[in-house]
Amino acid sequence: MTQAGLYTLAASALAGIGVYGLLARRHLLRRILAVNLLGNAVFLLLVAFARRQPGYVDPVPHAMVLTGIVVAVSATAFALALARRYYAETGLDHLPEDEG
Amino acid sequence: MAELGALSLPLAFFLPLLTALAAFLLGARQAPWLAGIGALATVAAVADAVRRVAAHGPQAYHLGGWAPPLGVELYADGLAALMLAMTAAVALAVTAYAGAYLHGQGQAAERFWPLWLVQWAALNGTFLSADLFNLYVMLELVTLTAVPLVAMAGDRASLGAAMRYLLLALIASLAYLLGVALLYGGTGTLHLREVGELAGAGGPTAVAAALVTAGLLLKAAIFPLHAWLAPAHSSAPAPASAALSALVAQAGVYLVLRLWLWAFPALLSPVVGWGLGGLGAASVLYGSLQALRQSRLKPVIAYSTVAQLGYPLLLLPLAAVPAAASQAWQGAAYFIVAHGLAKAGAFLAAGNVYYSLGHDRLAGLRGLAPELSASVLALGLAWVSLMGLPPTAGFLAKWQLLSGALAGGQWPWAVVVVLGGLLAAGYGFRVLATAHAAAPPGGPVGRPARRLPWRMAATPLLLALAVYLLGVSAVPALRLLGQGAPEALG
Repeated sequence: MTQAGLYTLAASALAGIGVYGLLARRHLLRRILAVNLLGNAVFLLLVAFARRQPGYVDPVPHAMVLTGIVVAVSATAFALALARRYYAETGLDHLPEDEG
Repeated sequence: MAELGALSLPLAFFLPLLTALAAFLLGARQAPWLAGIGALATVAAVADAVRRVAAHGPQAYHLGGWAPPLGVELYADGLAALMLAMTAAVALAVTAYAGAYLHGQGQAAERFWPLWLVQWAALNGTFLSADLFNLYVMLELVTLTAVPLVAMAGDRASLGAAMRYLLLALIASLAYLLGVALLYGGTGTLHLREVGELAGAGGPTAVAAALVTAGLLLKAAIFPLHAWLAPAHSSAPAPASAALSALVAQAGVYLVLRLWLWAFPALLSPVVGWGLGGLGAASVLYGSLQALRQSRLKPVIAYSTVAQLGYPLLLLPLAAVPAAASQAWQGAAYFIVAHGLAKAGAFLAAGNVYYSLGHDRLAGLRGLAPELSASVLALGLAWVSLMGLPPTAGFLAKWQLLSGALAGGQWPWAVVVVLGGLLAAGYGFRVLATAHAAAPPGGPVGRPARRLPWRMAATPLLLALAVYLLGVSAVPALRLLGQGAPEALG
């Protein structure tokens, strides 16, 4: 199997775990983690695209992944802060519509 | 292309961003004039950009002199210029209003300024981006400023609404990014127009387009992905509600139109067009019916946003019909402008009610204090445009959509436009009738009304007046829209 193929397969597996976490888990921390897994799946797919032609690495997807990581870190930091504040205010670790 | 002349494009993005940085470092207490000056400078840059597009056609600017694909291109055509101008008008009103609204609410309220100014910069960036990845970054910036604005009140309801909004918006962004990754894998380019030329109508492009569209429909709160909007937009402080409904959600709708007309026109078959138009129609009807059922003023206006965001999508089934395309295109674009101004006016007027009475329950609005007469008038004037009655911009927009639908032989969309207008009249008059009813015996209940600063009373009225001005004189805006429009729509 080529390197790009391996990366694509790993990206699909990560995306699957992420989607499962989003659908099956209600805890906010797990959902934030699931979003992160999904994001990393997309990044890995982009890295795979950069490697498709043998002997040449396309720099544009790498630049996109670097920018994407910066965005993902800020979004995760904010999501964690918001989840903490939500827990402090309500004592809940999940959203009210996910009750029961 | 990258001559100094088009410098107003980067300025429209960087001026609010730099003002936000300064506001964060100095604090609004040290520099209450800062946001106003930054806003005026940004409006000047936007005005120059609009003037250039109107006089010389689409403008482009390569940041740092680097051409794409390595560099970032800013690009403004007629549609982008129109959106920049509408955003500038709403943003000026929000800035002026927020100065008075947040006055004396303590240090936490001052966090509004950096968030709001970065949001303005990111919105301008969204309209100016010519490449799919920059759009992703701008969308994330808009989201990461919109969610804290929702959470500003810090109570149970607003934190829950913000958390739900953030999770859904992040998933939407990732769906969009996955679609963009697939498009890049297929075409080797991220440029909006090059993708349109290279992508074709094959299966992989269809999957990518579906992912991108799903992400954007969630950000635009189109039925059935609308559930997050009403709690989020009604929990935010009034100036933020106005910005979220008039600008942030509409940026999602704008991008759906932009991408389908520029990047995926080859995929826009009648079936796809009818599917997307059908979602828009479902939004119009569902949002209106929900607005009729609300018992508080801000949720009524928030559900009316869900309804109004559906109309521009009616362009997509009509865009491929030569007899209908031109009118429907003008109608949809004008609709976004009309809705932005009217909705910002309505939310600011509702903010005055809340500020003055301390609540916005419809049952408690009977016999509103005389101090609020200007706000009730602004609410009524804005609502005339949301209903689509002349002589407002909302009327012209709906008229063009209606004529387009009938000229193209697609009467179901005309029925949706008329029915949506009637329902808007229903939920609008429900509010206005209560506000104009006589006070209950024994005088109004609740605490005595708090006096409104004149700036807060004036801004919603000015926004409502702008809607009438655009309803009387549409030619400059429509001529601007023609600059750089796709040939099928010109």
